[in-house]
Amino acid sequence: MRPIHLAPLAAFFGLALALGYGLTQDPSKLESALIGKSVPAFELPGLDAAAAGLTSADLATGEPQLLNVFASWCAPCRIEHPQLNTLAEMGVPIHGLNWRDSAENAQAFLDELGNPFQKIGFDDKSRVVIDFGIAGVPETFVIDGAGKIVHRHVGPIMERDLERTILPLLEKLGRPQS
Amino acid sequence: MTAEIGHFALILAFMVAIVQASVPLLGAARGNAAWIALAPRTAIVQALLVLVAFAALMWGYIISDFSIENVAVNSHTAKPLIYKISGTWGNHEGSLLLWALMLTGFGAAVALTTGALPDDFRARVLAVQAMIGVGFIAFILFTSNPFARLDPAPIQGNGLNPLLQDPGLAIHPPFLYLGYVGFSVAFSFAAAALIEGHVTPAWARWVRPWALAAWGALSIGIGLGSWWAYYELGWGGFWFWDPVENASVMPWIAGTALIHSIISVEKRDTLKRWTILLAVLAFSLSLLGTFIVRSGVLVSVHAFATDPTRGVFILAFLAVAVGGALTLYAWRAPRLLPGSLFAPISREGGLVLNNLIMCTVLATVFVGTLYPLFLDALGGEKISVGPPYFNAIVGKLAIVLAFFMSVGPELSWKRAKLNLVWRAMSVSAVVTLLFLIGLLLWKPETPVMGAVGMAAGVWLLTAVKRDGIFKLLGPKRELAGIFTRLRRLSPGYWGMQTAHGGVAVILFAISAAGAFEIEVLDVMKPGDSRTLGKYEFVFDGIRARAGENYTAIEGGFRVSKDGELVAPLYPQTRTYTSPTMTTTEAAIHPLIFADLFAVVGEPVAEGWTVRLYVKPFISWLWVGIIALAIGAVISMSDRRLRLGLPARRTVAPAKPVGALQPEPAE
Repeated sequence: MRPIHLAPLAAFFGLALALGYGLTQDPSKLESALIGKSVPAFELPGLDAAAAGLTSADLATGEPQLLNVFASWCAPCRIEHPQLNTLAEMGVPIHGLNWRDSAENAQAFLDELGNPFQKIGFDDKSRVVIDFGIAGVPETFVIDGAGKIVHRHVGPIMERDLERTILPLLEKLGRPQS
Repeated sequence: MTAEIGHFALILAFMVAIVQASVPLLGAARGNAAWIALAPRTAIVQALLVLVAFAALMWGYIISDFSIENVAVNSHTAKPLIYKISGTWGNHEGSLLLWALMLTGFGAAVALTTGALPDDFRARVLAVQAMIGVGFIAFILFTSNPFARLDPAPIQGNGLNPLLQDPGLAIHPPFLYLGYVGFSVAFSFAAAALIEGHVTPAWARWVRPWALAAWGALSIGIGLGSWWAYYELGWGGFWFWDPVENASVMPWIAGTALIHSIISVEKRDTLKRWTILLAVLAFSLSLLGTFIVRSGVLVSVHAFATDPTRGVFILAFLAVAVGGALTLYAWRAPRLLPGSLFAPISREGGLVLNNLIMCTVLATVFVGTLYPLFLDALGGEKISVGPPYFNAIVGKLAIVLAFFMSVGPELSWKRAKLNLVWRAMSVSAVVTLLFLIGLLLWKPETPVMGAVGMAAGVWLLTAVKRDGIFKLLGPKRELAGIFTRLRRLSPGYWGMQTAHGGVAVILFAISAAGAFEIEVLDVMKPGDSRTLGKYEFVFDGIRARAGENYTAIEGGFRVSKDGELVAPLYPQTRTYTSPTMTTTEAAIHPLIFADLFAVVGEPVAEGWTVRLYVKPFISWLWVGIIALAIGAVISMSDRRLRLGLPARRTVAPAKPVGALQPEPAE
């Protein structure tokens, strides 16, 4: 047996290790390059002419808050929605970023499932979403009072995420106790 | 009841596969004829059992049996019948069952057609094939059971993702899997040859039709996927270098290298180790593709079922199958000595060069696809590599490849004379030069890379066709005897002609489409018009439409050229009811030299957002891909590759003397 004939096996072994490592990584723990930075400056219209839109200034009000990217065509958003409603009932300010959607569908979605959002930005052309580096919906950002991004949650927020990460994080950021 | 029959049949198939994977192998080692004879029978039984399982699941879909969880999650009564049927494989569990069906189907086909093989070798091939079957069926039974029941059964199903409700996508996975799984046969033959410790030209003749079949099917599968992305997603492109697309193209590249290097083994008894390695590689990459798509290791827009437990299983399976084969290779490779030597400039040398370029392309795609993973493993950040990287490297390599492809078939085996090659190339040089001058006069603004790509296509096509025509005209360049020569040239030669011509057309089409595409992204009001090159698009307005399970808004465009109507275009934005989802249906009118392409988007205050394209030469791309597959089929029809059929020439001397003069030997 000559070493050269072992080379393919060795190369495959290296690949298998890397793949194995990849499996241990949770894709929902994507680190955002924006963590610790201020939210990108933006200004978006609302779902209709009457509704106020969303601007980056709305995300720096001195109070910790959430920014949730959603769309009516996104199935996991339906799963996550009750948790957002719970948060809204607890008094956590949540703003919505409606991505690649139609205003009608988005409105119908909120009429059906409830509207936890204080303000909604309508981003049908992915203008702002790209600045946030969003890979898919739903995604949620936890933002501190100064408008800095503290945490990024990829995928639907389930009940256990509420208890384990989102709520403790909000407490730490000084959310008024209810 | 049907689901239980299916489940039971699958469990039985699993048992049979275990027997087939072990007993014949022991039999071959000990020379026990009865154990050896078990291999072909179990292969056929195993395929029939998986067929029963698959039919049971399909029946569940046809009658909308929502007590089967898989059907409830993925189907709906309001779906047209064809999509109920294609729904069987439009989901994770069902697609794996289709995979298993094809795997065992290939096993049975090997069993039925290889009666002329030595019995112990055939037993070993079938045993390795069954080992893969054991792994896959276990994967289905233990992690992705399609027959799980729901109690109580829902009254209505969730529906199939509307993006998948499309004729192109109904047949895309079966072809893709036919290709992926087809390489399992080459893999099994390679493993069996390694077990026996020798690779012969006969071995190459046995494997080549299977490798060609897999390669041809994979070409069609990738082409269909690309076609689907082109007209269904409405993104205006046909290839996005998405990890899932790359996963399907990597085994294709390895397969391309394999079907070329295998010729060297067949004709010259050389490049054996390399060919074995490629056979292992092609199937390993098919498995890797499955791993990437199913495990969520790489985040992709395509991944529709990601689950880490499944990932762990596939990785373990990959480790056993590929690791096992490569260990066997490390052990046996020193025995595989070449039967002949060759000079660097020779047909063999050309095939080595082909393989080197193919492997460079493969490495480029591989690194680009898995780079984010490696970077992450080394502690870097998650990034993904974009199309510019792939286009820059693969595009240039394709042009180099086109040049060597034009030279390769002109080289003779063992040692070639370059001066003959240059004479052959002079025709291509003249034609390409004329083409470039014409292009420069007609469209001086053509981008350089586009022009070079098109020129490479013209060069290659000229070289391929020149060779064919000169071979027909014979050494004296005369028309007499053209049909004799036509008959005497092998199907393998015509297969190569067709496939290489296809590559030339694809290269030309992609370069031209990139260079001459015209795109308009705008807001239009009814009555507005936009001019794209020679074509004028007039927007007539929007109307509502309803289909069987969707509602749609439909835009109306009239496209005219020089004041004459060319085609009306009716792009739609569909809203499906089950599940609720919006899809874009681009309206495409293919012409010989360009596709007219329109997409209608959302309403805005000033009108409607629309995207209009004139995409030149797109139809040529599909023609080129079809040519690849036809080339593979023609090559497969070569009598020399068929087992049990002696070549015509060996029969000729048996004719009674005087009845017919035997044809003079070449």
